[in-house]
Amino acid sequence: MKANRNQYGKRYFITLLLAMGLNVLPLTNELKALNPDWVLLVLIYWTLAVPERVGVFNAWGLGILVDVLTGRILGMHGLIYALINYTCIKFHRRLRHYPIPQQALFVFFCLLLSQSLVFWIENIQGSTGLTWVFWLPVLTGTICWPFIFSGLRLIRLIGPVS
Amino acid sequence: MDNTRSIISILIYPIQLLVSFPIEMAEQTYDTVISYNELKKENERLKEKQLVDSIKLLKFESLENENIRLRGLLESSFKLGEQVLVAELLSVNLVPYEHVMVVNKGSRFGVHEKQAVLDANGIVGQVVRSLPLSSEVMLITDPNHAIPVQVNRNGLRTIAIGTGQLDRLNLPFLPNNTDILPGDLLVTSGLGGTFPQGYPVAVVGNITVQPNKPFANIFATPKAKLDRVRELLVVWSDSTPIPLSSPKVESNDDESE
Repeated sequence: MKANRNQYGKRYFITLLLAMGLNVLPLTNELKALNPDWVLLVLIYWTLAVPERVGVFNAWGLGILVDVLTGRILGMHGLIYALINYTCIKFHRRLRHYPIPQQALFVFFCLLLSQSLVFWIENIQGSTGLTWVFWLPVLTGTICWPFIFSGLRLIRLIGPVS
Repeated sequence: MDNTRSIISILIYPIQLLVSFPIEMAEQTYDTVISYNELKKENERLKEKQLVDSIKLLKFESLENENIRLRGLLESSFKLGEQVLVAELLSVNLVPYEHVMVVNKGSRFGVHEKQAVLDANGIVGQVVRSLPLSSEVMLITDPNHAIPVQVNRNGLRTIAIGTGQLDRLNLPFLPNNTDILPGDLLVTSGLGGTFPQGYPVAVVGNITVQPNKPFANIFATPKAKLDRVRELLVVWSDSTPIPLSSPKVESNDDESE
């Protein structure tokens, strides 16, 4: 049991680290606007897969790291990730039995909630002049979900798992 | 709060390094395999440029002294001494809707907030947050950024606001009948105290007069190559007034500081 936990811990850590890297990947201006919040997607996956390991506090801490990484106000992503993590934990039993398109719909609403909160908090801080392009990552994130789900599932189940 | 951020940023820094590593590697490889001919051409070009620049500098020193002396006579003197630090860009992009870059020099090198950042052609932006190992630089084209400028030709002062496009600044506060022409150079006016005076910022592009509105619609193109810049200069500008005694004593004070 303990080995199992450590195994997942390592994979959880590495995938999130990769996702953080993807979040700040230098891209051309056109692609930059499409880059979804990879950390949130990976977090949703792990929350659905092992909800007993990935708690709200965990998500909040991860959010703080992402805040520092992307230079946002401290706690913005913390709040967002904690909220979405909580929703995922609440619904994980139902969501696990959904087919992937239906899961993607749920992920779409999660990303929409996340982006709305970002929009709200950024506008409280100052007029950012955000255009419709700001909302594109919600769509690309939803499109990415099936691949993230199957990819991470492969990573989770590959190798020695008791 | 800032302390917490500083500590966490040290944990985060390896991720940023890791992300920008492939691009740095690619550039280094390119530098290594660059052909002899190209290298020679570049060398010739640089030598020519160096010659031109050094001739310009010959006059600059005497002009600067003269300027300081004249300002002393006018009793409005400002010391023009500035110190710079070369910082390299980390190839990470924080969020798509802001023009903020990360550079690899932080508060460990004495970089602090509200410092001007330049490249070889002009003003790039200002430091908005300094972390121990890196700092975040907001470009002048960020929608939230405004820089006080003046037209080099006639000293007309105004504010240039970022548009969110890397090749465009907006000058929204100039009336329709103002004396500004396409091709005018905008330099920093030094008002506000963040940017040192007299550095080129942008060149005025198209001007649209709007007869039904109080202000004209004016755009300018930044001088700095914001999309291609790799090395940046962080500036410590010193705008403390020169005491109005003899300039000799003043320069001695400088050295002891």
